[in-house]
Amino acid sequence: MKLHIKNGHLIDPMNDIDSQQDLYINAGKIAAVGAAPAGFKADKTIDAGGLTVIPGLVDLCARLRDPGYEYKATLESELRAAVRGGVTSLICPPDTDPVLDESGLVGMLKQRARAQNLAHVHPLGALTLGLQGQQLTEMSALTEAGCIGFSQAEHLITDTNVLLRAMQYAKTFGYTVWLRPQDAWIGVGGVAHSGAFASRMGLSGVPVMAETIALHTIFELQRSTGARVHLCRISSAAGVELIRQAKREGLDVSCDVGVHHLHLTDTDIGFFDANARLSPPLRSERDRDALRMAVFDGTIDAICSDHTPVDDDEKMLPFAEASPGATGLELLLSLVIKWARETHISLPIAIARITSDPARLAGLSAGKLSVGSSADLCIFNPAAEWKVDQSSLISQGKHTPFVNYFLPAQVQTTMVAGHIVYSRD
Amino acid sequence: MHNPQLNQHGELQHLITTEGLPKSIINHILDTAESFVSIGNREVKKVPLMRGKSVFNLFFENSTRTRTTFEIAAKRLSADVINLNIAASSTSKGETLLDTIDNLAAMHADMFVVRHAQSGVPYLIAKHLHDTSQHHVHVVNAGDGRHAHPTQGLLDMYTIRHYKKDFTQLRVAIVGDILHSRVARSDIHALTTLGVPEVRAIGPKTLLPGGLDQMGVRVFNDMDEGLKDVDVIITLRLQHERMSGALLPSAQEFFKSYGLTPERLALARPDAIVMHPGPMNRGVEIDSAVADGPQAVILSQVTFGIAVRMAVMSILAGN
Repeated sequence: MKLHIKNGHLIDPMNDIDSQQDLYINAGKIAAVGAAPAGFKADKTIDAGGLTVIPGLVDLCARLRDPGYEYKATLESELRAAVRGGVTSLICPPDTDPVLDESGLVGMLKQRARAQNLAHVHPLGALTLGLQGQQLTEMSALTEAGCIGFSQAEHLITDTNVLLRAMQYAKTFGYTVWLRPQDAWIGVGGVAHSGAFASRMGLSGVPVMAETIALHTIFELQRSTGARVHLCRISSAAGVELIRQAKREGLDVSCDVGVHHLHLTDTDIGFFDANARLSPPLRSERDRDALRMAVFDGTIDAICSDHTPVDDDEKMLPFAEASPGATGLELLLSLVIKWARETHISLPIAIARITSDPARLAGLSAGKLSVGSSADLCIFNPAAEWKVDQSSLISQGKHTPFVNYFLPAQVQTTMVAGHIVYSRD
Repeated sequence: MHNPQLNQHGELQHLITTEGLPKSIINHILDTAESFVSIGNREVKKVPLMRGKSVFNLFFENSTRTRTTFEIAAKRLSADVINLNIAASSTSKGETLLDTIDNLAAMHADMFVVRHAQSGVPYLIAKHLHDTSQHHVHVVNAGDGRHAHPTQGLLDMYTIRHYKKDFTQLRVAIVGDILHSRVARSDIHALTTLGVPEVRAIGPKTLLPGGLDQMGVRVFNDMDEGLKDVDVIITLRLQHERMSGALLPSAQEFFKSYGLTPERLALARPDAIVMHPGPMNRGVEIDSAVADGPQAVILSQVTFGIAVRMAVMSILAGN
């Protein structure tokens, strides 16, 4: 199958392209950019006039809830949501049931995901058995089965010695350890950012130091082990500053931020809106502004959706009892473009944070439209505006703090390996 | 943001918090309460303002005292009162909070008086009633987690107004476990709305939440310093589970530093009043000599509490 995508505005940060260029696809791969290859005769031509063509999005954190929590979401529903959001590669944390701590499970998940023929799924393996924080998993076997790194998801390692050993072991084989920096004790039971808002509302807080203490520990362990660490979902200005210093020092560290945290703050909880119950919690305006700046200057490498399907029964509860998390796959691109427009950041930089940058730090050959690479791409209408409506979301997770918001940019077509996997028409 | 406790005419639809409650509404509640105070002294202690209305006391957290005062208030307004101790019934059978609300609303409730251990539950219920178009049902917050206890806040305002007349010249000190206290929060918002120029919070750092200054409160860690020249002292109950652990070493040590003794009371203005939301821990937050002394107005608070709750319920029933 030969495809010709014409008249589109191409943004490919990896190849420094930001102009109107035609794209030629042959046998699932990019055949040429700009001029057609000699003798190219398209079987199908897509007119992308007025539309923007970008590499398919790479999402560093999307929970599929499968296996184990199929009542919240299934592989099919969430992969359909992914491609509707222009996401063609996603990384899922190991906090399924059973936990992804055994290569057979990972192999099965990869195989079932492949059978969907939608987005590529790259699992993170559990760093410790059952995410219990005690015994290391068979990282080598898990890597062979398809894990691209190892994580504790939201489960914290309380025993620092286990974390030290896990990092030493991962370093031995060159694996990346994905950690969400959160102290195991400070902020336990907290449901909102410690600050004036939580105090006023009578919600127990998660102080910023829960993040910074954990970062100090992780960096100190990195100095000793040399392990490569990816930090998941930074939430605070102080955390950003520590990462900036660590990078300057030369530690092998990268990090991401959840897209919600680029827009919202603790006061968006309003009158105890459980849709704004997220983990880590939404923080102050100062934190939000520091996160925005850090994504721009590259201290934060990537923006993820932190997609977490939660069902009604677990959200329509008192704020502190509601499950944290929000649906995000279908909102990621729009929210990133909203951020870019609000802060006057050029679109190629913004797009890089959800394509080439996350692909690079996850070690994936994705997020780019180079000749020869897989034709995973997203075509969107930059002028469209759409209303976030629970009933129109494909994901089984319907809860988002952005419900009823009008968001910019709408995905028109998503392709994986040259196949159209989503089309709005 | 839409404030669910007011209807589109700016009238009280639910009473959930004193935060953001307009001064005019607070004064209206206090004035209405004043007209109800004398009813308690009559031979027949009833007025027919809520005849035929059903008030459901939904206590997801046990409290005999507060529930009783709401029950008395509703009965004096001639309402039918149904007490549900939900902590021990349906939720333990797996029924969700909102299922319970739907079931009771189907029994034609006119008002829910709600107490719950989690902050924000009255909003959850109010939103659900709004989403299901049950606009005739009112919610009164009888205490939610650490968030708010507005009728206690209002009865405290009534008591202060009764003894001090003018709010705009007062220094008010709130003493003890502010961190976990919904009463403190409701008092602070009501006091600042009514124009009290100086609200103080006194306690150890472990029992004071961050951001109090942004609520217009001066923070003191030293009891003697904090009590100097105050007109009103509100002592808070120290819950048993807070008395020993990482927050406080012991009840004795708390009393040593923050117990209200006659010597400490002498640091306040000579006509200062001493309040307590009850139930008191004598010898922990307050010395018996003070609790039973001439400056204590703790039992007046209880009496006024009935009138204030009658005022809140009758105003809601009329809106």
